[in-house]
Amino acid sequence: MNKIRIATTSLAGCFGCHMSFLDIDERIFELLEHIEFNRSPLTDIKHCDICDIGLVEGGLCNADNIHVLKEFRANCKVLIAVGACSINGGVPAMRNHHQLAECLAESYLNGIGVENPQIPNDVEVPLLLNKVHPIHEVVKIDYYLPGCPPPADAFMKVLGDLIEGREPSLPKTMLRYD
Amino acid sequence: MSQSISIDDIEVPFESGQTIMDAALAAGIYIPHLCHNPCLKPHGSCKLCSVEVNGRSVSSCTTKAEDGQEIINNSEKLNKARLTITQMLFIEGNHLCPTCEKTGHCTLQAVAYHLGMLDGHFPQFYPKREVDASHPSIMLDRDRCILCELCVRASRDMDGKNVFAISGRGTDSHLSVNSPTGKLVDSNIDKDDLAVHICPVGAILIKEHGYEIPIGCRTFDLRSIAEIDLGDVKLSEKSQHNE
Ligand code: SF4
Ligand code: SF4
Ligand code: FES
Repeated sequence: MNKIRIATTSLAGCFGCHMSFLDIDERIFELLEHIEFNRSPLTDIKHCDICDIGLVEGGLCNADNIHVLKEFRANCKVLIAVGACSINGGVPAMRNHHQLAECLAESYLNGIGVENPQIPNDVEVPLLLNKVHPIHEVVKIDYYLPGCPPPADAFMKVLGDLIEGREPSLPKTMLRYD
Repeated sequence: MSQSISIDDIEVPFESGQTIMDAALAAGIYIPHLCHNPCLKPHGSCKLCSVEVNGRSVSSCTTKAEDGQEIINNSEKLNKARLTITQMLFIEGNHLCPTCEKTGHCTLQAVAYHLGMLDGHFPQFYPKREVDASHPSIMLDRDRCILCELCVRASRDMDGKNVFAISGRGTDSHLSVNSPTGKLVDSNIDKDDLAVHICPVGAILIKEHGYEIPIGCRTFDLRSIAEIDLGDVKLSEKSQHNE
């Protein structure tokens, strides 16, 4: 039987959701009998092939995030928004209270300990969006896995359901936003 | 003469003058609500407590119970409407629960858990709202205000002070403070006022303490809103039905 192919990525997030996923500990061996990782920070594959499931951590804060998200949507049959940042912007969205210019000035010009103050301006550096956005505002999302981060058991539950061909669902005990 | 209504086919007795919400709470039936608190005059603004009475939609916190009413409360249709209202409350404010001191103690969040809310569904508003940190011991973060007027009613009717009001219209509606400068520090609010402790979300918070109970051990981490709201008496029966 072909293994279920999974891609994962972190956009404007802190990698906490990936870390929480890895908290499934040795259950990952059980999981690896059914799945294989394609594009993911875990494999360091840079672009995804056609995949069954895409897990997206983090919201959209720059042009590259949008590019990666669209690639995921185009290649993943099922796309899951993982964690508070992907669902409502989360902690990165706290910058939405301020003008982008103010944020850049605070970080790169006026911040404490800044040496050689200058705003980065290199073609390699993705352009920042004016505001941080949740990912459902740009592509269609199939399922949401809330939490900051979602507990490891919630990853197991949702992936387990999908592997066994069930509609994924979260018991109320695993539903939390913090 | 004893009077009764039926809620989801359960017969519920009531006394004259009681609302449907009063009768339901007394009978241990949970109707989701946000702007209602039994100590205060009903306000009927959040519409979360909508039920169907003889086929018509009404707010159960403001509608008087009348003998023979047939009421639908826990239906898929009503819970779907309640979920949509809750999603709108989330996206209309800046509800970033992981950064909020109220998380785990928050009624809005607990109601969203109860209704199985997984996402905000609508595009985020990310409104710009003013924070008032002027008072030495009370913090007002309007980002999270859901305009339920619990603080307005508590200050006016219980504290006898009138510190708060809702000003503005539509998306400009906001909580205003009755003081010469509009700042909390110049009002006659006191840390022990009921108005300071009644906020269902993290909009009014007490300063100089925080995270005393770790996340995971907080009110709604341990019990559902329905259990908390109906009080400990009902807990023993309910706990047998935990998922
Ligand atoms: S007030 Fe409640 S819903 Fe809003 S951010 Fe705080 S915990 Fe979350
Ligand atoms: S500050 Fe709190 S209690 Fe007052 S209206 Fe806003 S949400 Fe309600
Ligand atoms: S609780 Fe009845 S309308 Fe808000």
